[in-house]
Amino acid sequence: MKILTRMGDSSNVELTRDELRKDLEEGSEAAAKKAKIPILTENELDYLVDMFAAPTRIWGVQRGNEVVMTKDGCVNALNSSRMSSGVVAPVNREVGVRLFESMLGFDSMEVAHNDYSVKPQRFLKALEQLHMELLQETTIFPLFYGFMPNLGLYYRPDGSFENPSDLLPFGKIDEARRTQEEALEACQKDCILMSDCMLEMGADGIDYDTVASTGDAEFLAVLRTTEHVAGETGLPVEIGMSSEMVLGFHGELEYDGVRLAGLWPHQQLELCEKAGTAIFGPVVNTNTKKTVPWNLARALTFVKACTEIAKIPIHPNVGMGVGGIPMFETPAVDVVTRCSAAMIEIGKADGL
Amino acid sequence: MHMAHLLASSMGGIRAAGDLVARMQLKKMRITEAKRYVADKLHVTPLDLSDPTLMRGLREELDIGTITGVPGVAKGIAAKVRIAELLDIEINSVEQFKKKTGLHK
Repeated sequence: MKILTRMGDSSNVELTRDELRKDLEEGSEAAAKKAKIPILTENELDYLVDMFAAPTRIWGVQRGNEVVMTKDGCVNALNSSRMSSGVVAPVNREVGVRLFESMLGFDSMEVAHNDYSVKPQRFLKALEQLHMELLQETTIFPLFYGFMPNLGLYYRPDGSFENPSDLLPFGKIDEARRTQEEALEACQKDCILMSDCMLEMGADGIDYDTVASTGDAEFLAVLRTTEHVAGETGLPVEIGMSSEMVLGFHGELEYDGVRLAGLWPHQQLELCEKAGTAIFGPVVNTNTKKTVPWNLARALTFVKACTEIAKIPIHPNVGMGVGGIPMFETPAVDVVTRCSAAMIEIGKADGL
Repeated sequence: MHMAHLLASSMGGIRAAGDLVARMQLKKMRITEAKRYVADKLHVTPLDLSDPTLMRGLREELDIGTITGVPGVAKGIAAKVRIAELLDIEINSVEQFKKKTGLHK
C-alpha cells in the first residue's frame, strides 16, 4: 500500500513503507555525516514511519506535551505580501498583534516593521518604540521586538560598504574581509540601538531573526550585540538562525576563540549560550528535490543534537522552507502538523 | 501555517497558560522546568496548563486575563501586574508602568 506524502516543494508523492523508512534513514544520515552527530534511533524512526503512514490529514503531539510558540515576522502573514505568505489583510500591526493573542491564542508575539531589517527600521525608531509601548498596555502575552540584522543591506548598492561579493571574484580576499569587518561594526551599532531603545518601552525581549544570512560576519555582530543587550539591559534575547551552517564569507572571524565559519546548529547554540541568549532557534533548510520525510529526519537530527546539550530553551524554526516544511508559500497542513509534532516528540524542542 | 502549528503543538496562549510558560522560558527555563514552575504557582498539574477548559475558569478566578471579553476582568497591563505577582517575577512593562504612574515602591 502506498503512503501519500509530499516533496520538499509541497507536491504530492507516494512512497511504499520501505521507501519511506529509507528516506527517513538517509535524511538522518545526511545530517549526522555533515555535523558529526548521532543519527535518529530505531524507535524514533518507528514513530516517524507510523506518523507518515497514518492516513489522517492532521497530526499532533500527545496531550501534555504542548510547547510554547514564539513568532518571527510580526503580523506579516496577515498584512504583508506573498513573500511572507501574507494575505494583504487590511489590518495594522496593533490589531494584528491583538488577533494573534486572542483569536489565534499565540503564546507570545513580536512587534516589528514590515520590512523587518534593522537598517530601515532604525529610521523609524520613534514609531517602533510607540507601537511597542502602546501594545504593552493592551496585551497580556510576552512581546518581543524583532528584526533581521541583514548585513547584506550594508553593502553596495544598498549600503555604503564595498560588497565582498564584488571583491571576491577578483581575488581581493583581504579587501573582502576588511569590508565585512567594517560593515559588521555598523550593523552591530544599529542592532544595539534598536534593542536598547525597547527597554523603556516595556519590551519582554528582543528577537534577532534570520541570523547569519550573510555569513560569519553577521553572526559575530549578533553575538556581540547579544552580549551587550543581555548583559547590560537584562532584556532576554532570542536568536533565530537562517540556515544549518554558518557560511564563511570572511572565514577567519572568531567569537570566544571559536571560528564561526562552518558551525553547525549544536555548535552555534554553544556560542549563543555564552553570549547570553535566552532562547535559541536552530534552522535547517529544506531540500525541495527530496521528500518531506527525508527533510524532516534531517532537521530532527540537527535539532536533537541541540536539545540534548542545551541549557536554554530551543525553538527550532518550522516555517516555510525550514524544519522539514516544504518551500511553498501555502504549506499543506498534513505535513506542517507532522513536522510540528515531530519537532517536539522526537526533536524534544521546548517551543517552535 | 500558524493555525496548523497551533492545532498540532501549541499551549494555546491566554486560552490556557501558554503565555505564563513563555514568560518562564524568557528566564531561560526549558519547557519541563517552566511548566513545573507555573503549575506549582497555580496549584495545578503541568497537563492542566494546556487545558483551555480548566484554564478559562482559573484565569478568571485569578484575574489574570481571559481569552474572551469579560467585563471587569483584568486586561492588558492590569493582568500583567497580577501575573508578575502570581509567578513572582518582574515583568518589564509592569515595572515601566509603575515608574510612569509613581506606583513603584
